[in-house]
Amino acid sequence: MTGTLLIAQSAVIIGGIGFLVGIVLIWASIKFAVETNPLVEDVIEVLPGANCGACGYAGCSDFADKVVSESAPIDGCPVGGFDVAKQIGSKLGQEVIEAESIYPFVRCNGGVHCIDKIDYVGIDDCRAVMMISDGEKGCTYGCIGRGTCVRACPFGAMSMGDDHLPYINKNLCKGCGICVDECPNEILVMSRESESEHVLCRSHDKGKLVKSVCEFGCIGCRICAKNCPEDAITVTDFLAQIDQEKCSHCGLCIENCPQKSIVTTSTTLEAAA
Amino acid sequence: MEDVSLFAIAINGIFVKNFLLVQFLGLCSFLGVSKETKSATGMSAAVMFVMIMASTAAFLIYTYLLQPFGLTFLSTISFIIIIAALVQLVEFIIRKYSPPLYRSLGIFLPLITTNCAILGVVILNVRLEYGFIESIFYGFTAALGYTMVMLLMSAIREKTSVLNVPAPVQGIPHAFFITSLLSMAFVNFFGVIRT
Repeated sequence: MTGTLLIAQSAVIIGGIGFLVGIVLIWASIKFAVETNPLVEDVIEVLPGANCGACGYAGCSDFADKVVSESAPIDGCPVGGFDVAKQIGSKLGQEVIEAESIYPFVRCNGGVHCIDKIDYVGIDDCRAVMMISDGEKGCTYGCIGRGTCVRACPFGAMSMGDDHLPYINKNLCKGCGICVDECPNEILVMSRESESEHVLCRSHDKGKLVKSVCEFGCIGCRICAKNCPEDAITVTDFLAQIDQEKCSHCGLCIENCPQKSIVTTSTTLEAAA
Repeated sequence: MEDVSLFAIAINGIFVKNFLLVQFLGLCSFLGVSKETKSATGMSAAVMFVMIMASTAAFLIYTYLLQPFGLTFLSTISFIIIIAALVQLVEFIIRKYSPPLYRSLGIFLPLITTNCAILGVVILNVRLEYGFIESIFYGFTAALGYTMVMLLMSAIREKTSVLNVPAPVQGIPHAFFITSLLSMAFVNFFGVIRT
């Protein structure tokens, strides 16, 4: 009997406290209500909800807030891309023009073709390797190949190839640029889809040194620059650079490069697939 | 109940049994919000409000509701309900009157609910058998101690943010180092008053 009474008393008291507290909170929520713009809710609904921060704001809701108050661009969400921008535009009654999608690009063809200068044993992470004498590779500019970018990708769009270089799956890549920020050696760079010719090296070392450590590194021989009919290639500090505005995609530089440092993205994508 | 003077309670709450550095309660909000003085001040004010209100409400409920019916075993659950409700109330008020503070506190505002320092205060009030005035005063002084350490910590972290700290120690590990040093300093208050 006392047990039942105890349970009843407990239930009444806890229930009573909860009831009172609930009434006070309902009153407070009406008294201190904050008016929010319903447009913000509409925009949040359209956004992908990845909260990755690639837009430069704290999260999707913050971005939505800024878009509605017109301090952020409508196409500011790289994850949603054009589709989301179009939907936000229709909610806000604005026209959106499609921009070309951008992808990260690996500016190194070293990997297993580049010799190791030390035998690294330790944490399997590029940043950890970087702390020890600028990495384990003979080339201090090259890809370390421990996959920090692959693990950083929130969309699973990257994978490490057999040649110890990261590959990007364009179907999954949203162009958020998180991998570019995570790479400790600045190997990755965002490039537009139409920019198809790339120098797969960023070593500024002299040709002789590059040749001694890497099979495919740019040695600054200027053959590509001499062969380019559009004068799109310049060689500064022993590294060729392609001016994407001038490039006509003729492929002469690719044919003539003795080190095979220059490629078109179409071939690297095939390797990934 | 022993004869406890308000002065002893104050010294206890602020220095000798400082919630953050001696009892290690409420560390998540401490490490999370002490990066800049502005948000540390806001957090401290919110904690102070909730601590005083929770001490008051918990004392009333414990003395006039739970004790007469012999239901003191319900104290923890009812205290949690009260604290959660108070935090919700504070959130409403801050959101209405100070949106920038609301944004800078972010996730740590609802975290006051699970801030063990607040539950610690109300449970200690019960355990030390403090009266009405003493309970409120202990809540107030405990919050003062929390505020003082928050401000100290945020000042140190703001000053040391420009230092060239080795990468593995940056951020939270760095904060833990500072906390341990401050904590060692506070150990010196042991025995200042007889408890």
